[in-house]
Amino acid sequence: MANKVKLVPVPSQSVIPERDIDKSPILETHHLGIDFGGLVAVDDFNLTIGRTEIAGLIGPNGAGKTTIFNLLTNVYQPTRGTILLDGKSTKGMKTSQVCKMGIARTFQNIRLFSDMTVMENILVGLHDEMDYNTLSAVLRMPWFFRSERIARERAIELLSIFNMEDMADAVAGSLPYGAQRRLEILRALATNPSLLLLDEPAAGMNPSETEELMENIRRIRDMFQIAVLLIEHDMNLVMGICEGICVVNYGKVIAKGDPDQIKNDPVVIEAYLGKKGAK
Amino acid sequence: MKTKKMTLNRNARKNYLTYGLVIAAYAILQTMSTTGAISSSLKGMLVPICAYVVMAISLNLTVGVLGELSLGHAGFMSVGAFTGVTAAMSLQTAVPSPVLRLLIGMITGAVFAAIAGVLIGIPVLRLKGDYLAIVTLAFGEIIKSIINNLYVGVDEHGLQISILTNKLALSDNGKIIINGPMGITTIEKLSTFTAGFLLVMVTLFIVFNLVNSRSGRAIMAIRDNRIAAESVGVNIVKYRLMAFVTSAALAGASGTLFAMNYSTIIANKFDFNTSILVLVFVVLGGLGNMLGSIIAAAALTILPEALRQFADYRMLIYAIVLILVMLVTNNPTLKGYLDIAKQKLVRKKPAAQAAEGGGDNGK
Amino acid sequence: MMTFLNYLLSGISLGSIYAIIALGYTMVYGIAKMLNFAHGDVIMVGAYICFFAVSRYSLPPLLGVIAAMAVCTVLGVIVERLAYKPLRSAPSLAVLITAIGVSYFLQNGAQLLWTPNPKVFSSVVGTNRLALFGGQLTVSYVTLVTIASCVVIMVALTWFTGKTKTGKAMRACSEDKGAAQLMGINVNSTISVTFAIGSGLAAIAGVLLCSAYPTLVPTTGAMPGIKAFTAAVFGGIGSIPGAMLGGILLGVIEIFSKAYISTQLSDAVVFAVLIIVLLVKPAGLLGKQVREKV
Repeated sequence: MANKVKLVPVPSQSVIPERDIDKSPILETHHLGIDFGGLVAVDDFNLTIGRTEIAGLIGPNGAGKTTIFNLLTNVYQPTRGTILLDGKSTKGMKTSQVCKMGIARTFQNIRLFSDMTVMENILVGLHDEMDYNTLSAVLRMPWFFRSERIARERAIELLSIFNMEDMADAVAGSLPYGAQRRLEILRALATNPSLLLLDEPAAGMNPSETEELMENIRRIRDMFQIAVLLIEHDMNLVMGICEGICVVNYGKVIAKGDPDQIKNDPVVIEAYLGKKGAK
Repeated sequence: MKTKKMTLNRNARKNYLTYGLVIAAYAILQTMSTTGAISSSLKGMLVPICAYVVMAISLNLTVGVLGELSLGHAGFMSVGAFTGVTAAMSLQTAVPSPVLRLLIGMITGAVFAAIAGVLIGIPVLRLKGDYLAIVTLAFGEIIKSIINNLYVGVDEHGLQISILTNKLALSDNGKIIINGPMGITTIEKLSTFTAGFLLVMVTLFIVFNLVNSRSGRAIMAIRDNRIAAESVGVNIVKYRLMAFVTSAALAGASGTLFAMNYSTIIANKFDFNTSILVLVFVVLGGLGNMLGSIIAAAALTILPEALRQFADYRMLIYAIVLILVMLVTNNPTLKGYLDIAKQKLVRKKPAAQAAEGGGDNGK
Repeated sequence: MMTFLNYLLSGISLGSIYAIIALGYTMVYGIAKMLNFAHGDVIMVGAYICFFAVSRYSLPPLLGVIAAMAVCTVLGVIVERLAYKPLRSAPSLAVLITAIGVSYFLQNGAQLLWTPNPKVFSSVVGTNRLALFGGQLTVSYVTLVTIASCVVIMVALTWFTGKTKTGKAMRACSEDKGAAQLMGINVNSTISVTFAIGSGLAAIAGVLLCSAYPTLVPTTGAMPGIKAFTAAVFGGIGSIPGAMLGGILLGVIEIFSKAYISTQLSDAVVFAVLIIVLLVKPAGLLGKQVREKV
């Protein structure tokens, strides 16, 4: 596999790819946790992601992976612990503010603006790239048209990543499943993130589509020089593109390391296959 | 590169069509009314039709574009009507031009309705779905109750306001404007069909330009998927409030226009039934479809009048028509028949269809 | 003190009527997820039927009530079959508008059949009053009967939805119609039963309402309908005890604000309390707050 990357420790005792070592990590979480009522959903979650790392978050169903995404994007406010995005704490921010800070995400159950066109979906992602205010939009000032034109050009550029330019006018809800997943990724990219969270991007895809998706995730990382954290059950994808992998079970980290370490970790095997599998 | 231009054009085309049809309708009706070709009862309905059209477009912004059910839209119309008329009446001597007074009245009405929109919107928009709907209903009823118990008068010292009982101490030159449950009884009829037409055009301009901008897209994104909109950086509270307040302000201007077409107006005119009436226009015209709202508002305002020959049965027929239209347009089986009929109709003009299709896909 | 008790009793009595109407709203909402705006007008139909049964055909009042219930039950089921059932998969706004259409239809139909002139409804329980504390507190029998019927209905409905097969089917449908259907529950007939019960209750509410406030016109049901709808939301729409609690609280608040704040502004006070409650408890007093799964 082409992505053999050496992981090296950073001061906070986590590991990130060697090439990112002289840059500060994009994301650090310290002792992150959330309780729902009495239930401890996530506890003592520590993760560090390098500037251009493709990281994986895996674990059995119900382990709390999506909850961690919801914590990172402040959909849920954490009960304890801190999230540092590019060294700055996101404590108390709204989800929309976290997005402006640089985290964009996709959803496990696709959440597109389904009555709007593909183009409009991307344009919503480009919301903050446009600099006119509502009054100048209503009055149709010249800079409104300029800003809109630039945004549309940018949207077409983004669509071209997945060769979706000719779908620009289609209604998002009417797209085939795979295209909807791709559009969701593009919409997230439109917000100009420094960390992209993908929640099961390969769900419902066949092996050849998954293969293509892997290529595209790598391409996106190289193009935009961003970090990617993905939740995925498809181990071929995870082992194929992730540089660092974090395994969670019952809301706790049970293993961290590169794909080879994870593959051979008895604790991970036990979590997935039960005690017998470990023998 | 060309595709995006086409998108802009297609959106714009529908908007221009709407502007065009409104202008054409105005031109025809205005000519007919000056030449006496339309009945006096229809002539008397021209201004209310414009007011209801504005109400329908503005409510469509809340229901169709923002996606929240409001059952108290008449409340904003009421605020606009009473504040706007008060402004116009108290400036009777200061501003001699009636056109200017009407304009000031409408702006005052819009501003006060917008203020009411902010005050109501902040608590209301924290709720969801049917709970939000019932709270708008509650606010509509509260506005009605308050205005029913409001006494406003004007004399050389300025405006005087009292609530519950008439405690106004007006000088001899003073006059009472809002007289509690009696409402306003001495309105100057300043509204004209032309003023109504212009308000419709301004409303369309504001709504179309708002919807086709980053703000409008943000509003629609919230409607389609609130969580996703938040995740791409849309400030939910700001844009929901923006849509709600814009809608309220336009309803306020419409209220002034409506009230200044009559010599008396009472708060009970703007009750729950009026809110529902406007909601019916919006749903029949199609959510988010402004042209549909205009047509539905105009047609359904005229319909009871057109059914006059059925005398006592007319509201019954109105109800049956309403139910049947909803059944035909929403029942899967009946809708199937309708679509087949539509296709047959469309097949008659394949050339036009092909041209349009070519335009959309052309690269 | 006695005046306070008097107000409290009439508040509970009015509230009981709201509660009975609210039960109809809340049951239909729970199962069909629709705001049945025509429910208020079913009340009016019930009151008219009872009025004519008693005054024109000189039936005993109890038979009048039963006749009203029978007619309203049939009416409720017919309306559901003709107007709402074809729209089961339609957007909720379309159903709402249809319900408004049905409401217009019933009001205008009543106006044609029975003229808009007000009818003076003679109370089905007589106008006698019960004197307590040596005449310091008088309670009309209507008040007592209203409160008693409300309690009986509440207990009966709780038993019905909790213990009977149909009642359990209703609860299952309101949780998840698809799953209920897979378990062999006939969803359509369950919804019909719900409408039947709601409309039958509306008839009782109509008779009680007009016994207490004897002017009967085709729009009699409209405002109590809206208030009861508010009560249902107040208590948490979809919840039967919630409708009960919401209805009674609403009635008490209305009577108290009439007595101690202002007669004209009592509606404003009622709605203001509703808004405040919903801001503190966005799903009503007894409603379930559901967290959207991301």
